[in-house]
Amino acid sequence: MHPLAQATTQPLPLPEVDWRAIAPELALAVAGVVLLLVVAFWPRAGRGVLAGLTLAGLAAAAALTVWNWDLERVAFEGAVSLDGITRYARAVLLAVGALATLMVAQGDSREGEPDDSPPEVFPLLLFALLGMVLLAAASDLLVVFIALEILSLSLYVMAGETRRLAAQEAAMKYFLLGAFSSAFLLYGIALCYGATGSTNLLEIADATGDPTADGTLLLAGVGLLAVGFLFKVSAVPFHMWTPDVYQGTPTPVAAFMAAATKVAGFAVFLRVFAGALGGLVVSWRPVIAGAAVLTMLVGAALAVVQTDLKRMLAYSSISHAGYLLVGVAAAATVPAGVSASMFYLLTYAFMVMGAFMVVQYVSRLGPPDDDAIGERSSLEDYRGLARRHPWAAGLLAVFMLALTGIPPLSGFWAKYYVFLAGIEAGLTWLVVVAVISSVISAFFYLRVLVVAYLQEPVGDPGAETAPGRTPALGVALGLAGLLTVAIGLAPEALIAAARSAERILG
Amino acid sequence: MTSSEQAELIVFIILAPLAVVTALGMVLTRNAVYSALLLVVNFFCLAGFYVLLEAQFVAAVQVIVYAGAIMVLFLFVLMLLGIGNEVVVKEQMRGQRPAAVLLALGLLVAIVGALAAGVFDAEPASLAAANEGGNVEAIGRILFTRYTFAFETAGILLVVAAVGALVLGKRQP
Amino acid sequence: MTTYFQAYGTFAALLVLSIAFVAVAFGANRLLRPNRPTPGKLTTYESGMDPVGTTWSQTQIRYYVFAFLFVIFDVESVFLFPWALVFADIGVAAFWEMVVFIGVLAIGLLYAFKKGVLRWA
Repeated sequence: MHPLAQATTQPLPLPEVDWRAIAPELALAVAGVVLLLVVAFWPRAGRGVLAGLTLAGLAAAAALTVWNWDLERVAFEGAVSLDGITRYARAVLLAVGALATLMVAQGDSREGEPDDSPPEVFPLLLFALLGMVLLAAASDLLVVFIALEILSLSLYVMAGETRRLAAQEAAMKYFLLGAFSSAFLLYGIALCYGATGSTNLLEIADATGDPTADGTLLLAGVGLLAVGFLFKVSAVPFHMWTPDVYQGTPTPVAAFMAAATKVAGFAVFLRVFAGALGGLVVSWRPVIAGAAVLTMLVGAALAVVQTDLKRMLAYSSISHAGYLLVGVAAAATVPAGVSASMFYLLTYAFMVMGAFMVVQYVSRLGPPDDDAIGERSSLEDYRGLARRHPWAAGLLAVFMLALTGIPPLSGFWAKYYVFLAGIEAGLTWLVVVAVISSVISAFFYLRVLVVAYLQEPVGDPGAETAPGRTPALGVALGLAGLLTVAIGLAPEALIAAARSAERILG
Repeated sequence: MTSSEQAELIVFIILAPLAVVTALGMVLTRNAVYSALLLVVNFFCLAGFYVLLEAQFVAAVQVIVYAGAIMVLFLFVLMLLGIGNEVVVKEQMRGQRPAAVLLALGLLVAIVGALAAGVFDAEPASLAAANEGGNVEAIGRILFTRYTFAFETAGILLVVAAVGALVLGKRQP
Repeated sequence: MTTYFQAYGTFAALLVLSIAFVAVAFGANRLLRPNRPTPGKLTTYESGMDPVGTTWSQTQIRYYVFAFLFVIFDVESVFLFPWALVFADIGVAAFWEMVVFIGVLAIGLLYAFKKGVLRWA
């Protein structure tokens, strides 16, 4: 039934206000607004204070997420749905947000230097997280779009938070291409609405089973939705913005982008494609599988030739998006695909954040580069890191090996479960490509370790400046490393939690 | 053909070429201010299309927000840049232009193909029912009941946009 | 449905009339006026001073901030139109919906105010 067809001259019944269902989102919104006011009314508040308040807001949201853990329902007339994907994504996103807060709090400046980063970055971080959490929970394409815009707008501004030319350029590119992809998504939403008469995912799911529905129009809409989502998760052929943006963006923000946007993007990808559009799997699976093949291979192949670690991590994030697309392709017919993808997102988020934290640490070792990039993230800067900073090099090794997928680290299990789901869904050929891509990727991850462990440092080691005290970054690095190792040693509990995410409410 | 369809066709025949010409002019003209003014005309054409589609509210929003507020913003930004600060754009990768033209043609073929395949042949679902009691009232009734949640989140989106613009705007020397 | 387009007939007539008014006024001006250009007449009029620089001068960044805030509140006002029409039907709930919406935006304005972007220093 067309929802507008029911519209009479009488107003529709008001939706029940379900405070509890959106409690974590409310906490994030309130925390964001409070921080905004703190920034406005207390201009001298230090970054430590702001970071503390941000962490308090995240802790409140996390506590409410735990309180809501067993809740399974659709709230606000189908605007948001609470199910496994929602709660799992909430938990991962809040953890990623906490790590990102620590990285942002550390910032770029060394002791005694004025900080270039504005205090607004903290409320914007909270708003970005709000958008992400909302995106993962959204059960209506309208809410999907608004949530996506909240997170994108916050990230555009965060990317340009420093005055560096590279950061400004990154923000500009991210904004232009992001707006472009939003247009595709919006057009897709409009066509889906035209075909099914609803933006609600549950009603769209019903309509896909209806033989009288307009099939061609719906497929055109689904295609445009896929383009929009593939842009956001930086899958080939919509990946061009990723390397430039990750390289130019200040490292803490790049880490947040790489980890959190993927989590939220793939959560909504799973909900829309494996959930609502599951009935059309025959039509969209070849497209997604094709994008997965391209993404894995192009990402891995181009990462090999990079000489800048941030740029290499960008290409690596593209190839990881490819493995996740294998999970999405499998998820429509095999429930294990959903849990495997969610588990992959959890492990990937901590690995990639950890890798960026090491980049942030190393970029503090030398004087700032004179060039526009301004951050020292060239592979040259990692020569002989093991001798100078054994801890940083050790953690770098953990993250690189985890990203490669070497057991017993977390990345291995992530790939293992996704590949298993792929085989179960009959996509063996896709898994074969994924294994080949993993082998290629081992080359560039391990090359970083060769540089760090086996090569002599260049120049005079005495010229190196001390990194200064980095308490926040140290804590974040420790946590990310610990999680990467711990998840690898005992993945059972978390994969079990992910299994509870398999039922998509729509 | 009924008289209303005739009226629709006549207005469309007037507006459609105008929309295409102004859009092309906007892209091709060298002077950025002319470009912006042609965009205003284009926005008015779009508003006309919305009226033809019986979406009066969207037509009004098109004029108020796009032709009004956003164009003012565009013009201020153009004036802000000044004419002397022209950035010399060097093509970083060769062959981008031909590739762009090729891809644009491909998109055109895809759209025409979709039209030919009858993607948009379906009757608009219950337009009369949707506009029952007036277009704006109908939007109000559904926006403030069923879509309350989306409406409130749109408020947060606007605040984020405002804060972002102020942060980036303040940083300029 | 004919009435739908008839309702816009007045509007269309007004549109044609206003375009015709400008066209006729300028056309008549061109036809009637004598045309004797001198260099003095062709320079830009700046209250008797010699014009300096180009006509395209750089404006301040403040205008951008104001224009942007105008866009934000313009969008807000767009939501107010349908709200005003259905307010009576929905009742108190609609009132609180709009209070929350405007309240959130007011915080943004408060932020802008405290940051001093509204002050013309």
